[in-house]
Amino acid sequence: MARTLIQLPATARRGEVIEVSALIAHPMETGYRPGADGRVLPRDIVRRFACRYNGELVFAAELHPAIAANPYLAFHTVATDSGTLEFEWTGDQGFRQVERRPLQVT
Amino acid sequence: MASSSRTRRLLLQAGAAVTAQVLMKAAWAQPTGELAAAVAQFAGGQAVRPGRVRLEISPLVDNGNVVPMRVRVDSAMTASDHVSEIAVFNEKNPQRDVARFTLGPRAGKPDVATRIRLATSQQLVALARMSDGSVWSDTVDVVVVLAACIEGE
Repeated sequence: MARTLIQLPATARRGEVIEVSALIAHPMETGYRPGADGRVLPRDIVRRFACRYNGELVFAAELHPAIAANPYLAFHTVATDSGTLEFEWTGDQGFRQVERRPLQVT
Repeated sequence: MASSSRTRRLLLQAGAAVTAQVLMKAAWAQPTGELAAAVAQFAGGQAVRPGRVRLEISPLVDNGNVVPMRVRVDSAMTASDHVSEIAVFNEKNPQRDVARFTLGPRAGKPDVATRIRLATSQQLVALARMSDGSVWSDTVDVVVVLAACIEGE
């Protein structure tokens, strides 16, 4: 399990636009860099990120080797109902990780 | 004496040439080559108009391995009028694609940020597709001091 850092407010008013940022520890190996033995290292990147709010997709990203290591993404969403935000990263070599955070809407 | 004044003249000429080059580069704001092709492919036949999108990135980048970048779009993000997709392309990395973001009315505010790699000084283009299908763009020139993936070059 890769380490993640997810920031979002614990509570929000209904209809408020909140900022969410998510970071995951990942080397994002580009597939263009030679390793210690001089041979090019195979590509190993996070390909997709998705954020679902109570099951509904609110933001998704398609990442390429030009994204820096430990990919950081910041975006916004509208606080509609109390519930769970689900963050999903999928990538090369079967990489998949899901994290969940609660959000209280008043 | 004569030789030092000749050196001075040469230096002045070189300086003028560099200035002219910089000015010409500034006038060359339109994307060309593979970058233009990537932009055209994203637009899918729609006219790409400058405006509504803002690509915020430092014009002088110290370290190309981690470059903070932010894209904002001028949109109210309602169900009938919102940003549906944002894409960022570069000119001189090994691949033209940097990232694509899928948004919708639930995204609330068309404002996304990430950190990217830049192989060298180059041009970046941010594009936004609106729910009505129109495509808007912003082009930025960046100077990179320390390039990403030096070993691979």
